[in-house]
Amino acid sequence: MNLAVRDIRHNSGRFAFTTVGIGLLLMIVMGMGGIYRGLIYEATLLVDRVGADLWVVQGHTRGPFAEVSRISASLEDRVRAVPGVAQSRRFVSHTIQRVHQGRPLRMVVQGLSWPEDRGEWIPLVAGRALGQAHYEMIADLSLRLPLGEKIKLGRDEYEVVGHTRGMVGTSGDGLTFFTVSDAQAIQFDVPGEAVRLERAARRARLEGIEIGRLQPLLLDRAAGPSSSIPALSRPQVSAVLVTLHPDADAAAVRATLDTWPDITVFSTQEQKDLLLSGMVDKAKRQLGLFRVLLIIISTIIIALIIYTLTLDKIRDIALLKLIGARNRVIGGLILQQSLLMGAFGYALAWGIGQFTFPHFPRLVVVELADLISLGFIVLVISTLASLLGIWKALSVEPNTVLSA
Amino acid sequence: MIAPAVEVQHLRKVYGSGHTEVVAIRDASLSIARGEIVGMFGPSGSGKSTILTAMALINPPTTGKIEIGGKLVLDGPKALVDLRAFRRQHLGFVFQKANLIPFLSALENVQIALEVNDTAPKAARKRAMELLDYLGVGARAHNLPVALSGGEQQRVAVARALANEPSLILADEPTAALDSQRGRQVMELFAKVAHERNAGVLVVTHDHRTLDVFDRIVDVEDGMIRVREKVA
Repeated sequence: MNLAVRDIRHNSGRFAFTTVGIGLLLMIVMGMGGIYRGLIYEATLLVDRVGADLWVVQGHTRGPFAEVSRISASLEDRVRAVPGVAQSRRFVSHTIQRVHQGRPLRMVVQGLSWPEDRGEWIPLVAGRALGQAHYEMIADLSLRLPLGEKIKLGRDEYEVVGHTRGMVGTSGDGLTFFTVSDAQAIQFDVPGEAVRLERAARRARLEGIEIGRLQPLLLDRAAGPSSSIPALSRPQVSAVLVTLHPDADAAAVRATLDTWPDITVFSTQEQKDLLLSGMVDKAKRQLGLFRVLLIIISTIIIALIIYTLTLDKIRDIALLKLIGARNRVIGGLILQQSLLMGAFGYALAWGIGQFTFPHFPRLVVVELADLISLGFIVLVISTLASLLGIWKALSVEPNTVLSA
Repeated sequence: MIAPAVEVQHLRKVYGSGHTEVVAIRDASLSIARGEIVGMFGPSGSGKSTILTAMALINPPTTGKIEIGGKLVLDGPKALVDLRAFRRQHLGFVFQKANLIPFLSALENVQIALEVNDTAPKAARKRAMELLDYLGVGARAHNLPVALSGGEQQRVAVARALANEPSLILADEPTAALDSQRGRQVMELFAKVAHERNAGVLVVTHDHRTLDVFDRIVDVEDGMIRVREKVA
């Protein structure tokens, strides 16, 4: 006869309410683990998907995700000339926040090196890759921009031509893909008045020196568009992505690039390590601390409830002792109740999580290994939580049953 | 020669020490044969319950010996057997309140006494049902205690006490919570159990209306037992 189940059936209301509470706590524990996994997934998603063998970034920086990286766009051509390099692509990445249809719209802008890279590697769930050099974009579904919608960024309008699902940046903002030149136009867009002021300032600076006064044509050039002044550099990019020949010696290519003093080179794995050790690490520790605290709280709650349930039936336990029940029968009653509470709470946590996690603002990834480890933790804390009740039950004297 | 169901010799129980010393039992000796029902009377605080709990092996005496079924079980406070195991195999208990486990049905309350004594669940269930039928509460077997009347609860408690065919049944004011009619029914039940099942039965009671039920009566005064010559 299973005494634990019968007692639970008798106290089903209290057991159910407690189990719901435990379940919600465990769901938060489960969710926090899932959020951490989600952070890792989101942080490394783009690095994984973009498919580069090497990342060339600004010298002495850890860019382009961990910190700002600015390198000349011409580096694309320099890198392409290195033996073993099959392809090099400019890469632009920056986050913008605009207002669209009255709501804040935060997105990570990625520049694709048109025409070599049209975004065919991007896993689209609808629409198509970029089909022209300007005014098209691919957007993640989390941004809630329907296909065909036109969105004004800077001075230009961009049409959504493709959709991805679950492609977000390290901060959880949806990714958008443009051509590099469009991404730069969005990044460096300044109001007309600022352009006019900058041109006037250039003209004034030139008029202040002798060459400006001697060559009036230069003054006209200086007052014109920046792109028509050869002395000014082209807009910079965040990184250059390198794809190697299948038979290339990666170490040799890397060794060559490492000799260039103006850049730093990272492999894909190193780029992921940078993200995980820097940006994700603190979040991991924070979430880990919360998980530990919640597990301790869950243990205390289960222990107190089990202890209270034990106190409620202390006379019944004394009676069991009086009629000769062994300690394992009495201890088993309490341990089983604790384990059942933990097990039902865990199942509830999983069930509620299945329903609610997809609606969380950040991606929640619950892996089987995490479920197993949390199940083991629940087993341990349920056992620990029963100890107080078991101690109380085993210490009660059988003649307690005669005392009332 | 058949050993008595229980034999206590020169029991003495002292609580506390020095100025706080209280002598609950001075020198108590008693023997109850198998098949005999003995009524124990005495005023409150006379030491009846202390003698009963000592015989129940849950309150060992300071000095004196207790033999159950011919086996020396307690020599002073020293246990000579595993008391809990001995209780489940040889003793049955009934109290003023039925003390049924509230989350078990009447049947399960009897069944649990058998299962803790290693009876297989199926056999325990069958035997528990037989006992409830024997005591006239078989029809209420699947009811929780809360749904039973006081008399029915006490019958279930008696069935639980009989479950493992104990050689000694100890009852502490089993009719105190019952009206006179139901109280008498329960007392007659104890007599029936003692005579038909050959168990020794000791009933601690204040109820003088049921004196005729007992084979023998003992009075307890100031921690000493005095045997009445005849049932009044």
